[in-house]
Amino acid sequence: MTFIKPLNHHPKLEKNNLGLTRRDYEGAVSSLCAGCGHDSISASIIESCFNLNIESYKVAKLSGIGCSSKAPAYFLNQSHGFNSVHGRMPSVATGANCANRDLLYLGVSGDGDSASIGIGQFIHAIRRQVNMVYIIENNGTYGLTKGQFSATNDLDSKNKYGDDNLFKPIDLATMAIQLGATYVARSFSGDREQLIPLIMGAMQHKGFALLDIISPCVTFNNHAASTKSYDYIREHNEAVGKTDFVPLGEEIKTSYDEGTSVEVNLHDGSKLSLEKTDKNFDPCDAGKSLNFMREKEKEGKVLTGLLYADSTAKDLIETLNMTETPLNQLDQDLICPGSKILDLINKDLS
Amino acid sequence: MKDKKYLFKRNSTWWVKVAVPKSLRNEFGFDLRQTTGESDLQNALKHRDKIVKNLKSRFTKDSNEFALPSDKLLEKTDISDPQYFHKVVDCQYACPAHTNVPEYIRLIAQRKYTDAYMLNWESNVFPGILGRVCDRPCEPACRRGRTHDKAVAICRLKRVTYDNKGDVEIYLPEVPSEKNGKKIALIGGGPASLTVARDLLPLGYECTIFEKDHKPGGLMRTNIPSFRLPEDVLDEEIYRVVEMGATLKTNSYIDKLNPLLKEFDSVFVGTGAPKGKDLNISGRNRGSKNIHIGIDWLTSIAFEHVKKIGKKVIVIGGGNTAMDCCRSAIRLGAKDVKVTVRSPYSQMKASEWEIEETQEEGIPILDNTSPKEFLYDDKGKLCGMKFEKMKQIEIDGKKKMRPTGEEVIFECDDVLLAIGQENAFPWIEKDIGIEFGEWEMPIVDKLTMQSTHPKVFFGGDSAWGPENIIWAVAHGHQAAISIDNFCSGISLKERPDPMTNLVSQKMGIHEWSYDNDISQAQRYVVPHAEMSKSLKDLKTEVELGFDEEMALEEAQRCLNCDMQTVFEDDLCIECDACVDICPTDCINFIDNDTEEKIRDKLRVPAINLDQSLYVSGKLKTGRRMVKDEDMCVHCGLCAERCPTGAWDIKKNSYKESNTLSKRIKAKEVA
Repeated sequence: MTFIKPLNHHPKLEKNNLGLTRRDYEGAVSSLCAGCGHDSISASIIESCFNLNIESYKVAKLSGIGCSSKAPAYFLNQSHGFNSVHGRMPSVATGANCANRDLLYLGVSGDGDSASIGIGQFIHAIRRQVNMVYIIENNGTYGLTKGQFSATNDLDSKNKYGDDNLFKPIDLATMAIQLGATYVARSFSGDREQLIPLIMGAMQHKGFALLDIISPCVTFNNHAASTKSYDYIREHNEAVGKTDFVPLGEEIKTSYDEGTSVEVNLHDGSKLSLEKTDKNFDPCDAGKSLNFMREKEKEGKVLTGLLYADSTAKDLIETLNMTETPLNQLDQDLICPGSKILDLINKDLS
Repeated sequence: MKDKKYLFKRNSTWWVKVAVPKSLRNEFGFDLRQTTGESDLQNALKHRDKIVKNLKSRFTKDSNEFALPSDKLLEKTDISDPQYFHKVVDCQYACPAHTNVPEYIRLIAQRKYTDAYMLNWESNVFPGILGRVCDRPCEPACRRGRTHDKAVAICRLKRVTYDNKGDVEIYLPEVPSEKNGKKIALIGGGPASLTVARDLLPLGYECTIFEKDHKPGGLMRTNIPSFRLPEDVLDEEIYRVVEMGATLKTNSYIDKLNPLLKEFDSVFVGTGAPKGKDLNISGRNRGSKNIHIGIDWLTSIAFEHVKKIGKKVIVIGGGNTAMDCCRSAIRLGAKDVKVTVRSPYSQMKASEWEIEETQEEGIPILDNTSPKEFLYDDKGKLCGMKFEKMKQIEIDGKKKMRPTGEEVIFECDDVLLAIGQENAFPWIEKDIGIEFGEWEMPIVDKLTMQSTHPKVFFGGDSAWGPENIIWAVAHGHQAAISIDNFCSGISLKERPDPMTNLVSQKMGIHEWSYDNDISQAQRYVVPHAEMSKSLKDLKTEVELGFDEEMALEEAQRCLNCDMQTVFEDDLCIECDACVDICPTDCINFIDNDTEEKIRDKLRVPAINLDQSLYVSGKLKTGRRMVKDEDMCVHCGLCAERCPTGAWDIKKNSYKESNTLSKRIKAKEVA
């Protein structure tokens, strides 16, 4: 009897530029329910880090409380991690980001953690443009406390026991665009082909990148009357287009009809190329994008894909003019320059 | 070890042999064979894939399972075909007798040695013997060799069942005291005949075994030295069969077949390949009594007619007989023994482990050395041999042996010739209806083992030349079915189906009926007797076998390949949980395509074409689940992580039918 993943792997498993396999980016075996969408997102994060040749020790995983916030234990077990108080992950991320800009900050949160208890923190992290990837594993339910409605649950949806949801949902993606997030995407844990390029894009983006990922809760919110079930999302999913991640130095090989493709430049020189399904959609224009999202919502569709991107905005540490060297690498003399310098400063002030 | 899959060597030429799926054996026989025309393994390998493809294409028309990549889109795998999951159990599939290896290894792990022994006995009749000297086609096939480093020591675990078993007499099949009136003659007391007897006695047949020596066993007794196969093991397993009620006539050399045809209802010929090849070079005619034919010499040792040999001995030949000869010579007191082989070392015919053991005993093997002349001293006594050094050259892409011109002389007192064996049927009358074909070999039906005389069946080495014990057993089972059909007036082509069963192994949450924790241990090495002792005595067994602790650890290395991952299309919600948990990246959800393209597009491309792809029907998203069976470690985590039970672990029991099970089935139907 075991549910421990055996150590051996396929001898022909692909290796990345660092000589690592996907397995090297794994974490502990998940203790989430079998079939949980969160596990699929973890696997997509693993795949993205593998593809981007990311060194695990240059990543910090941050989370709050909830099923989603347990997930960082199940990937990148060589990375830094901080499991914060419920809803307080954005503050920890903000502080860490100011202290050390060299790490990739990967916040993993859920609909409860971000849309209820932590919504204030969520809003301000966006407002301040913390340079991080903020993943919301959105299942519309409080899985860890036996399936109550969360704030992202749709009005027409019922819970597992047949009760109606009486309140309108908060749309975190729309909210993020309004608040000034510079990379906003929605995706579905069951569609890795779409999800992985979006995560890779978010990781290479400078500024606040929000990924609202619908992630079915197999135990409490995967029933026939749910609007966040595998079946419902597969039926109502409408992608804004096909996104491809184009690594630095590679050409975009596919040629698209004029007006149907958009390129988004990323911080390290790589690109996201989007082949749009609708000419009216423009992910570079926040206003148009919000309108398009509203239209699709009215049609009863779940719009997924890259919804908004702006690669020119300033992030928090630029705004604050923070030191480029991480604080933990600064010499004592620089951090505490002594009473003579203090006197000079004081003189300036007087 | 070079990859010799599909290849075997006959008369210094590499041949390709492709097993025929059971369901098609009526049409094609056990296997299809074709020569590569190459004596060198490297070259043979170049031709192999094409020939394999060719041979397979002969029987792929009706069976998708074996089809090679084509333009056709993949179809849903038919798991109701008993051969599909049988093929996943690599060891069982590779075994000519299809012994259920994973099952008996699990029984060992449960320390149920007697049960494990009987499971073996039912399918291969000689577990104690085979556990020591089997050619082990199962081990190169073992999945562990692909997923980890080395195969499970299957053969040595078989020996463990023998060494630790309790009383088995009570489990032996009942032999009716009232006979069915049919009399069967079995010529030769080797493994093939004994298997036929064992399979027919419980059905009420009267079996008479004619053995030319004073003890039965055939080449198992005469040609395998006691230090590899002790006499008590031989006697126990041979007499177990005899004592089931066969009439054993020893010292009964059959010199005419016709009288037996009159006296018996059917005759089985299991006389082996008893003639050792001679070496007709200069000096051979002087007929020195110091030049011996290897297999005859080994026989004389077995029957204790020979008890000593000269101080300096040369063994000529590179097969297992040569290895047995040189090791026997050392034990008889020879001080300077060397083996000479005409071919390069890498192309020697002997099993890897036998070469290893020979070298461990300090016996040099001189390759590229071809015998040229026997040398004699003034008194006419053999005193040495002249050899010519050879080298391999390539002519038209074919490797050939050519003399270098360099000659060497080795002194010797005795020479042992171990350069091959042949069949010989001087005792079969030419006019009684048994036809002989190429190389004076009888024409025998590949499926039924029947000769051109309807009453006469062949099996073991006597059918198609030297193989090994496990093939003789497999032939014996088939011949017994044929003889039973023949005597009951049923068409010989009516073969009983294998008995199969596929049952879920789920016992609860995280609970399976088998140990699914994958041991990462390396293959355990079998301890040997102290060399100072074993080299002095012919009867001291070299291999000591695993002790219980080692056996239990080694048993844990088995991957339980009969625990099949079974997929139910309708239940799958495509959550990818199985894809993520699979430790060896076998599982994919992918759009359908041709086999060739799918194999290339998987998470890890499926380049091993011998291993099947398990394909589901169309799922909700239009994709298909495609699992590459090649690297699956049968850990069951896919089923563990599946939220809907779309994956389940089911034990696939596959039992090749023999006459016993055939009767049981008939009774059930009645």
